[in-house]
Amino acid sequence: MLYVIICFLWASIWLYLLLGGADFGAGILELFTSQNNRAKTRDTMYQAIGPVWEANHMWLIIAIVILFVGFPAIYTTMSINMHIPLTVLLLGIIARGTAFAFRHYDAVVDDWQVVYNRIFTWSSLITPLFLGIIAGSTVSGTIDTQATNFLDAYVFSWLSWFSVTVGLFTVAICAFLAAIYLIGETDTEDEKRRFIQKARTANIAAVVFGAMVFIAAQVENVPLVEWIFGNAVGITAIAAASISLFLLWYWLQKGKTQILRVLAGFQVTMILITTTYKHFPNIVILKGGGYLSLMEHHGHQKTLQALGMALLLGSVFILPALFYLIYSFQKKGGAAHQGQPH
Amino acid sequence: MNDFLAARSQMALSLGFHIVFSCIGMVMPFFMAVAHYYYLKTGKDVYKNVTKAWSKGVAIFFATGAVSGTVLSFELGLLWPTFMKHAGPIFGMPFSLEGTAFFIEAIALGFFLYGWNRFNRWFHWFTGVVVGVSGLVSGILVVAANAWMNSPAGFDYLNGEYLNIDPIKAMFNDAWFSQALHMCIAAFAATGFAVAGVHALMIVRGSHVAFHTKAFRIAAVFAAAAAILQPLSGDLSAKDVAHRQPAKLAAMEAHFHTEKGAPLIIGGIPDEKNKKVDYAVKIPGLLSFMVAEDFNAEVKGLDAIPEENHPPVAVTHYAFQVMVGLGMIMLLISVLYFIGLWKKKQWLESKWLLKLFVIATPLGFIAVEAGWTVTEVGRQPWIINGIMRTADAVTPMPGINYSFYLFSAVYISLAVIVTFMLYRQIKMVGKLYDTPSSTFLINH
Repeated sequence: MLYVIICFLWASIWLYLLLGGADFGAGILELFTSQNNRAKTRDTMYQAIGPVWEANHMWLIIAIVILFVGFPAIYTTMSINMHIPLTVLLLGIIARGTAFAFRHYDAVVDDWQVVYNRIFTWSSLITPLFLGIIAGSTVSGTIDTQATNFLDAYVFSWLSWFSVTVGLFTVAICAFLAAIYLIGETDTEDEKRRFIQKARTANIAAVVFGAMVFIAAQVENVPLVEWIFGNAVGITAIAAASISLFLLWYWLQKGKTQILRVLAGFQVTMILITTTYKHFPNIVILKGGGYLSLMEHHGHQKTLQALGMALLLGSVFILPALFYLIYSFQKKGGAAHQGQPH
Repeated sequence: MNDFLAARSQMALSLGFHIVFSCIGMVMPFFMAVAHYYYLKTGKDVYKNVTKAWSKGVAIFFATGAVSGTVLSFELGLLWPTFMKHAGPIFGMPFSLEGTAFFIEAIALGFFLYGWNRFNRWFHWFTGVVVGVSGLVSGILVVAANAWMNSPAGFDYLNGEYLNIDPIKAMFNDAWFSQALHMCIAAFAATGFAVAGVHALMIVRGSHVAFHTKAFRIAAVFAAAAAILQPLSGDLSAKDVAHRQPAKLAAMEAHFHTEKGAPLIIGGIPDEKNKKVDYAVKIPGLLSFMVAEDFNAEVKGLDAIPEENHPPVAVTHYAFQVMVGLGMIMLLISVLYFIGLWKKKQWLESKWLLKLFVIATPLGFIAVEAGWTVTEVGRQPWIINGIMRTADAVTPMPGINYSFYLFSAVYISLAVIVTFMLYRQIKMVGKLYDTPSSTFLINH
């Protein structure tokens, strides 16, 4: 049952990265869209993610619940030493979620929209940045559970070049996913070209930030190179991601929507595999070489049994409904645009 | 402000904020489903307009409730890591099921809000019902987790270790049913009175009367039914608390001394130092009767409990008085409303009854907040009743007061913005929803 739960944990992180990531990315793209085209981008984005956006963010809750029920020691350590970035993350989630609802459901459309938009776009950038920082910190060996002074325990646990570059990389990935997804959701050639251009830019940004992650890892002695290139799975996955990168640029030229979506999803999946495979099951690496392991720091057998059953039961209900939701609201010619709320 | 107090304040603020939104988010879908049902059955546009106007409100409340709920799932760890370390694996079962329920709610809401004219009409209606049902299930599960803190079950506590964990037993602890029942009815009463009150105000002012009358009727019937049922569930809860948490009951009633034929103390100012209550109305024997159905039964007072385990008496007592007092007022209005529905139709047309509803707009939610104050403050000094102290569960990180100020600022601004948006929704009713066809209620 432990393996079932770990699979669910990985799957919810993966789906959150893909679906939630594209969702964050849409806001990031809006931030980097020129004033003239913003309204149009916003419209396309709303058509595409409006119906599914609440569901996209449920994966984070599932992951958190799995952690605090199944792996309380890991959840607790992160809650204590990551208090500050987690708080920023929460503020970002509050700001983004409410601003999204406010700007689309405010009965009167006036200057307030400017405020909602600004909050929405900036929180779309800051939230995944801190998600990335937290993810980077868990494996960078900077969490010091023995530290006695404030800075070591609560600030330098997450503030490092490695974590920050992982954060930036995450932001680029989100923007990339969103751009690829939105290519297929537009109704004008002009806008389609714009998203293709954005996808290219985001992809280049991801490669640049990715390189910076490696440099930061070298500087700060995070054995990233060994994790990725020190084993067959890592090498295969990174090679597959690199090859698909060329295919992706080729198909970008052609603007083939479905192929691009599959390729982008594939790349991100490969990246997540390479970065989680080698140090599995050690999900948190502490300062001084200690670690928190999914195989050791889990709850009691009966708890895992119950949690696993709850997750299996839940997926029976959730997955078909979710697929039908996403399928129903994909752009299918003109019909999709009746999907305006009210 | 010290860190412990700041952490408690931040938690209280977050919960107090979330409760309002989650109540509305779980009850409004039922109101919408009724209006939607009338629309599908009668074809009258006014019901469609009511449904759509409400669903816009629900979208705002649901989004705010969803993010404040997400925040809480992190805050449990951020503020009370020691608690979560031990309690997570024991009382996590309802949370893992709640994840599913909440997820389904979000999916169904996507279908419902964006599904007009896209799906079979009854499938679309059904997705709205699913939103309500899964919201209600979420609420019950979360309350079951809270009930576990009042009535820990499903483990053995030996020498500071938590052994023989059984998450299913923990979920079905002794308090889950009475607490969940009380909370669900409270959600219906509070949301019902709030919604009915707003529409009543519009009718009194004479604006878009046809629209607001239909909306008022649906909300008022739910509200009145819930307010009449609530005292029964309250009685069940009180008996349960007397049995399981005598300290909480004693604090609620400001009952300092163990005695037979204990009086029911109404109002008054508890004097914790001298262990007496000044200026209170005391009805002899009634507390004994309410707790044990015997006017002479002995009721444990605070003197039967070691001083260091006493909850704050004054806050708990006042909050309890507020909750019960407001409950009684809502009960009275509800009885009048039902008399109006069945016997005195002319009352429904009259302004005074509507004005009573206008006055009652915030009462339900004030009662909900007071009720949560009773259950949470009344459990102190424990976070897990009798097992772990709240003070031992708090995070070691200093500077929580800054976090508290930050969250206060955020929640206060959100409350202001949401109120402002509701005001705008109501102001726009004429333009958006009161189409000419809805003023002539003729079905062609």
